[in-house]
Formats: sequence, C-alpha cells, structure tokens
Amino acid sequence: MIARVIVTPKPVVNDPQGLTVKQGLTSLGFREVSDVRIGKYIEVNLDTSSEHEARERVEAMCRQLLANHVIEDFRFDIEPEHKRR
Amino acid sequence: MESAVKFGVVVFPGTWSDRDCGWVIDQVLGQELTYLWHKDADLKGCDCIILPGGFAYGDYLRTGAIARFAPVMEKVGEFADRGGLVWGICNGFQVLCEAGLLPGALIRNASLEFRCEWTNLAVERTDLAFTSQCEEREVLRVPIAHGEGSYFADPATLSHLEQRGQVVFRYCDANGRVVPNANPNGSLHNIAGIVNARGNVLGMMPHPERCSEAELGGTDGLKLFRSVAESAMKVLVS
Repeated sequence: MIARVIVTPKPVVNDPQGLTVKQGLTSLGFREVSDVRIGKYIEVNLDTSSEHEARERVEAMCRQLLANHVIEDFRFDIEPEHKRR
Repeated sequence: MESAVKFGVVVFPGTWSDRDCGWVIDQVLGQELTYLWHKDADLKGCDCIILPGGFAYGDYLRTGAIARFAPVMEKVGEFADRGGLVWGICNGFQVLCEAGLLPGALIRNASLEFRCEWTNLAVERTDLAFTSQCEEREVLRVPIAHGEGSYFADPATLSHLEQRGQVVFRYCDANGRVVPNANPNGSLHNIAGIVNARGNVLGMMPHPERCSEAELGGTDGLKLFRSVAESAMKVLVS
C-alpha cells in the first residue's frame, strides 16, 4: 500500500510562505488568486495488503509524528502500490 | 570547585551552540560541565540540563520533531517530571515544544527571513531558578538567530499561559515597552520565552550564551546562567 499524506498549516496559523507566494502570483497577473497555503506532501510505503489496517496505521503516524497537531492539519489517501503514479 | 553546579549540555547531531553554552558554564562561571550525547540514556547526575541551539537532526520534518526521539530525551522528560531544571535555548525551545514539555509551537518567522540581531527582552518572572538574578521588569539585551521562532499556541492555551504567568520573556523596545515594532518574528503576544506551570522547564528563542562576556557586546545573558547556578546551589546545600 502507498499512503499519500498532505500536511497543511491550520487555518488559524499564519502562513507567511503562502502569503508571499500569493503576492508573487498576483504580481504575475493571476489576480483571481484569493489565498495560498503551503504545506507538505509525504509518501509512505507500507508492507500490508489491508487498506483498513494501513489507514489506521497512517492515521497514528500522522498523529504521532508526521503532523504537529498544534499548528497542522493532515489528510491522506491510500492506494495499492501498483497504481502508483 | 566543591559547591559547583553540574550543568549538562545536550549535543544532538546538528547542534551548534553546545560549545558556546559550555564556555559560559566552565570558563566564565566556573561551574561543572558535562556534555550529554543524544544517545546517552543517563543524565550523569546533572543539576540543570541545557538543550542548546542548532539544527538537531537537520530539523528534518519540523524543527525539533526528530530530536524528541533521542534516547537522552526520555531521561530529560523524566528529569523534568521530577522537578529538575531543563532549559531549552532556540532549537532547544523547539525540541521542548515538540516533546510536549512546553505548550505551543515555533513556526516560520513572519518575515520569512532568518533573523540574526540583538533584541530586548522584558523579564516578567523573577521568581524562577532561571531569572532569580534579574530585577522586576528588567530589560535584557540578548541576540536572536533563527528562522523559525514565531511562537504560536491556540487561543485557549495562550490565555492559560497568560493567566498563570508562564510568559517569562517578551520582545520589547529599549524602554521595556512591549510593542509590535520590537517583535522580530511575529510571535503571538511578543512571546520570546515561556516556562511550564511548575516553573522548572524554560524555553526561549534568544541566545543568552552569546551575550555573557563584554567582548561579545553584552553580559545580560550571564544573569540567567548565574541565576541557575545560584538556585541550584541553594538546592544542593538545603
């Protein structure tokens, strides 16, 4: 199984990187950009064939290490590895 | 020195301020110094543990996120639970937050810049082992050097900290006024340092070890090292 984890700063946390990139996009003419938030993308390969088990394990990984609950939210998808992009 | 206080300075791979702290402890203050390697599972009888500045484990994933798994950190946690003095400076503050020994988190500076400059700190607690040699509302001049030192906590945690007087240092101007202009990194409430509820675990972003000798431009940082030495000595003789 492969887990694709996305970690983002919580909405209440100031994201100066996102603000700066937003300004950059605006100055390039992308005036429709109303907000940019910058997070992290993490791929985790798991030696398990059970999607249910993988989901539980990845949830625990996110809570214990991959995301800091004080400042970050996380979400993830799980797929069999042969579908790997 | 018979009555010397034993300071333990933790060294992780990527720590850079360990020797600066060590110099102040043994060369300037004449106290006993031990370096504790991150793999040490023994604090070697130290009275005060310092987690110094740097980039422990390369700050991979998040600042301090990997350091908290070091064998030495389990012992540091137990030591803190027993009331032992634990002092996190810069990266050490980030490690203490990730380890759950202090609330909140340190995030990217609002300016996105690595800020390396002198700051003024308003001292809000002088009853702590770390600040007993400071005057009430004293302003200390201490340098910072960090890219991710913006203190964040959710509103409930923040008001808890304020109500319990756990904010020890706030960025201020030279006259001690806590104003937005004096805030170098976007920290909420201008927070530069906090202590746990019990008062034995301190985290601060500024570097007192870099201003403990006149040759370095200031000696305000030495007051904090002296405070710890004095208070730990009191414990030793009591």
